[in-house]
Amino acid sequence: MVHISIPPTLRQLCGGEETVTVRPGTVGEAVTQLHHRFNGIRDRLCDEGGRLRGSVLVFVNEEDIRFLNEQDTPLKPGDLVSIIPAFAGG
Amino acid sequence: MSQSHGYMKALKCRECGREYPLAATHVCEFDFGPLEVAYDYDRIKKSLTRAVICSRPQTMWRYRELLPVAGEPTVGRQVGYTPLVKADRLAQRLGIRELWIKNDAVNYPTLSFKDRVVSVALSRSVELGFKTVACASTGNLANSVAANAAAAGLDAYVFIPSDLELGKVVNSLVYGANVIGIKGHYDEVNRLCAEIAGKYGWAFVNVNMRPYYAEGSKSMGYEIIEQLGWRVPEHTVVPMASGSLLTKVHKAYQEFIKVGLIEDTKWKMHGAQATGCSPISSAQKAGLDFFKPVKPNTIAKSLAIGTPADGFYSLKVMKETGGHADDVTDDEIREGIRLLAECEGIFAETAGGVTVGVAKKLIAAGKIAADSSAVLCITGNGLKTIEAMTGHVGATREIRPSLREFEALLAHDQPAMVAA
Repeated sequence: MVHISIPPTLRQLCGGEETVTVRPGTVGEAVTQLHHRFNGIRDRLCDEGGRLRGSVLVFVNEEDIRFLNEQDTPLKPGDLVSIIPAFAGG
Repeated sequence: MSQSHGYMKALKCRECGREYPLAATHVCEFDFGPLEVAYDYDRIKKSLTRAVICSRPQTMWRYRELLPVAGEPTVGRQVGYTPLVKADRLAQRLGIRELWIKNDAVNYPTLSFKDRVVSVALSRSVELGFKTVACASTGNLANSVAANAAAAGLDAYVFIPSDLELGKVVNSLVYGANVIGIKGHYDEVNRLCAEIAGKYGWAFVNVNMRPYYAEGSKSMGYEIIEQLGWRVPEHTVVPMASGSLLTKVHKAYQEFIKVGLIEDTKWKMHGAQATGCSPISSAQKAGLDFFKPVKPNTIAKSLAIGTPADGFYSLKVMKETGGHADDVTDDEIREGIRLLAECEGIFAETAGGVTVGVAKKLIAAGKIAADSSAVLCITGNGLKTIEAMTGHVGATREIRPSLREFEALLAHDQPAMVAA
């Protein structure tokens, strides 16, 4: 399974869980899986066109998916996905 | 909102406008947009006059109604009001009529503009009851959090890339802070800190305290206006790491108009980056309103943020004001540091070299008109980044304590003087 670390702002939607697991696939498919389990989560993460918002950063095993294959980045068993708000630091 | 929040009304999402209580939180739950402090400007307008400001001590807190603390500041009460230096010799070298240096290289107590933001963030952290403060830093912020936390009796955890300049590392350790070096670049430090901040109940100044923290930068803009004789410079050149400082100096200019301290006017905000980490300037030059993240590789480590949090908003401000961005190479950064030092006697860190170098380029290109006034924001002290200049500023010439040896040396430099 793939592990997804949930940021505090989304935990309420995810039943208070800090980490949830999804099946391997792509980042985009992982978001869809989350959406089916936790209603409303896709609207938080994605814009109306279904693309991840600019205010959301997604990392796979500590690498920003914008340096990988964006939402098509593959996820294999054991991968760790982190969802981080973009507006921090500096 | 009650009086107990001072002049603050709420935290407000910059994207959707949803309001949140004035707590330690930085993103909107609905769209992940950044939260910003909303103020009661009508009340501020009634109480903050030029006379009131002038009657107060010369620190950043003379504008305290416009800064996000509920009561009197408790941390960093002496910060700010750094010199605004008329830089005639540098103006002549760069080819501009009127040039000023806002010199935060001598900000109190840790010699960078970060003391402004930390003073606000820690004062607000104390108000909210925190005992432990933390930050993700390229160095200057770590220094300031470590020092100001020590003075306030707070515990500090500062997270930095492990390859920082020695001066910046020692300058955090000396205050007894917990300094954690991360084997990675700043963006990785920042990601880790976002995760730590989500797990531990600390006041991370540039994560969950960021709405308050970032507002501290406005004080640099207020001071520029007051020190220029209550006017806004036609051009302001600001170094960009996250891009936050540029947006906040701009906001400061807007607020002084909004509360009636100055007349409405126009100005241009320009941004400066290092070529080795130029996501914002590359986007600006290409006419884009979004940036592509990069992996930094520059001697300007304090500006080495490849995923700038306020990249989008700084691009917006430059576009709205008709400003420009540019970037300079490592050699041009060193040349900028030397120019400022040789013309004005001010030793800036690498970010200052970036700012001077970019100002030179923008003036040469006519993007800052020769017949105009400009302020360059110098944000940190050269003594912290000695490594960048070592081997690039000549070397000491050693002689024995002998007049004969000195005159031999002088005869080589200035034959006429010795012959006389």
